[in-house]
Amino acid sequence: MTTSAGSVVKAQPWNDPSARPYVQIERISKAFGDFKAVDDVSLKIYKGEIFCLLGASGCGKTTLLRMLGGFETPTSGRIFIDGEDMTDVPPYERPVNMMFQSYALFPHMDVEHNVAFGLKQDRIARAEIQERVATMLDLVKMTDFAKRKPHQLSGGQRQRVALARSLVKRPKLLLLDEPLGALDKKLREHTQFELISLQDKLGVTFIVVTHDQEEAMTLASRIGVMNHGEIVQAGTPSEIYEFPGSKFVADFVGSVNMFEGKLIEDEPEYVRIHSAEMGGTIYVSHGISAPPEATVWAAVRPEKIFMSTTAPEGSTDNLVRGAVQDIAYLGDLSIYLVKLPTGKIVRVTQPNTSRHAEAISWEQQVYLSWDATSPVVVTR
Amino acid sequence: MTGRGLVVALPYLWLLMFFVVPFVIVLKISFSDVDLAIPPYKPLLEWVGKNSLAIKLNFNNYAFLFTDSLYLRAFWNSIRVAFISTLLCLAIGYPMAYGIARARPALRNVLLLLVILPFWTSLLLRVYAWIGLFKANGVINNILLSLGLIHEPLTMLFTPFAMYVGIVYSYLPFLILPLYANLEKMDWQLLEAAEDLGCRPWQAFYKITLPLSRNGILAGCMLVFIPTVGEFVIPVLLGGPNALMIGRVLWDEFFSNRAWPVASAVAILLLILLVPFMMWYQNVQARESAGAR
Repeated sequence: MTTSAGSVVKAQPWNDPSARPYVQIERISKAFGDFKAVDDVSLKIYKGEIFCLLGASGCGKTTLLRMLGGFETPTSGRIFIDGEDMTDVPPYERPVNMMFQSYALFPHMDVEHNVAFGLKQDRIARAEIQERVATMLDLVKMTDFAKRKPHQLSGGQRQRVALARSLVKRPKLLLLDEPLGALDKKLREHTQFELISLQDKLGVTFIVVTHDQEEAMTLASRIGVMNHGEIVQAGTPSEIYEFPGSKFVADFVGSVNMFEGKLIEDEPEYVRIHSAEMGGTIYVSHGISAPPEATVWAAVRPEKIFMSTTAPEGSTDNLVRGAVQDIAYLGDLSIYLVKLPTGKIVRVTQPNTSRHAEAISWEQQVYLSWDATSPVVVTR
Repeated sequence: MTGRGLVVALPYLWLLMFFVVPFVIVLKISFSDVDLAIPPYKPLLEWVGKNSLAIKLNFNNYAFLFTDSLYLRAFWNSIRVAFISTLLCLAIGYPMAYGIARARPALRNVLLLLVILPFWTSLLLRVYAWIGLFKANGVINNILLSLGLIHEPLTMLFTPFAMYVGIVYSYLPFLILPLYANLEKMDWQLLEAAEDLGCRPWQAFYKITLPLSRNGILAGCMLVFIPTVGEFVIPVLLGGPNALMIGRVLWDEFFSNRAWPVASAVAILLLILLVPFMMWYQNVQARESAGAR
């Protein structure tokens, strides 16, 4: 996985019960007719965070963002920003700015006027406007394009102008709707890191909506995974990835092998699961809270599975045999799809550390195994 | 000639036959002398002597237009009426076009159909319908009288009021349609962006929607203004004898006075007056279709 900004953030205010949340969302719901777009969401976001709302399209993440911006009125619940109730404040009076997915640059104004627009609206002195616009354009490296109209800019340049325009008013909170969605892959990766360093420099709190889990992992201090209008899990990228709380999160963030099974031993220090799907037993070195004999799912990430042509020594737990069905060579790593005797397909990734490694080929019989610490057991 | 050449030639041939040739004839008549004959003007070319052909251009018809104040007043009045009508159409048509553009897509087509619906009846019939509404014992007066709101009928027919109602009513679709076509392309998220940056809704309209719909406004206004300047039927039927419009002067010169040369001069002058507006309109259209703002 890519480096996470979460590891750079020094303090973790969300673990400190005495810390004051900067943005507080209290039991927000939004219904469009019978359809509940956002369903009873509560969130606390702290100053200086990059909080990513991650979810598939239609999960309600954009509606939640639009409620923070003031473009939708919640059906119920309240929104506080920096201690003030903002629920019924119109967008033009909120200390919040938004960067739209389409960028929404004004086509009849050049770059400079686009960026200056919000400042002019606040009747700020002309000299100060000029200075702040110049500083902002410098920060996003668009000074040379100040006199261009939006249709004369490339996608990446438009994205920078949109960013400058939404940051120049020094909002308490910046909302970004799929900020990198319109950029190609290379540019997107590059811009992700620029966005992080810019946020770090300005100290503005960011809330980012994205459907791209890799983007969320890269940008976020914390991620809120959304599904059907609810926040299913909120946590740092590594928490979300390594300790998913449900099948949905485990499956949505990264790829995962899910083995359904029955709890056969449930001790405080370990559990043992019999999985008919896998055709073996899974030993996990941490306890869980579930009734005995309960149906549980053990999630094992593809990169945490060891693959070998000879049987590893030791226990028969966490060990299974299968035939390689498919190989995808991606350069830096390879993906193997291994078919178990039960018919289950297991996904394994292995880094291509050596240029001349002895290749595992199609139809070959392999042993798959993993550490007792690797599986995550979820009950829903 | 290739098939492609033929396709291009056909419309040009059409324009030549039905636009350029008649125009040249009118231009020719405007330089000729009146004559008691059929047709009532003298030819421009005349054989003088044996082998010389003389061309005689009479500029008196044009000079005459500037000596009698009637013509200048008629021109001025036509422009004034056209200008006021255009403003009224804009004031009524902009909100309508805006409303249609922001309606649900399913509703939009119905509303557009309602705008176009009057075209399914002849203009003349529709103007006569207004006479029926406006006249002394017409629908409006009868209703007001029976409600006891007035005690004698209001004079509405043959007033500037009736004329403006007729013109605005007839030309409103010409303003709404190009304006709608423009507003329909508008990205409404721009308004949210403006509000996000501190604009109240009316400020966002003034700073974003209005400048972006400029080409639609200009196109619509030209489509109302240009034909209204030469409008004949509506001022005559609803505006009464005092409505001095250039279209009417032209009619009188042509049919009542049988002064074809003067009538032609009026027509040519009207055309010269309107050419700049037409060129402007063309320019706006070209910009609009090029998509530049």
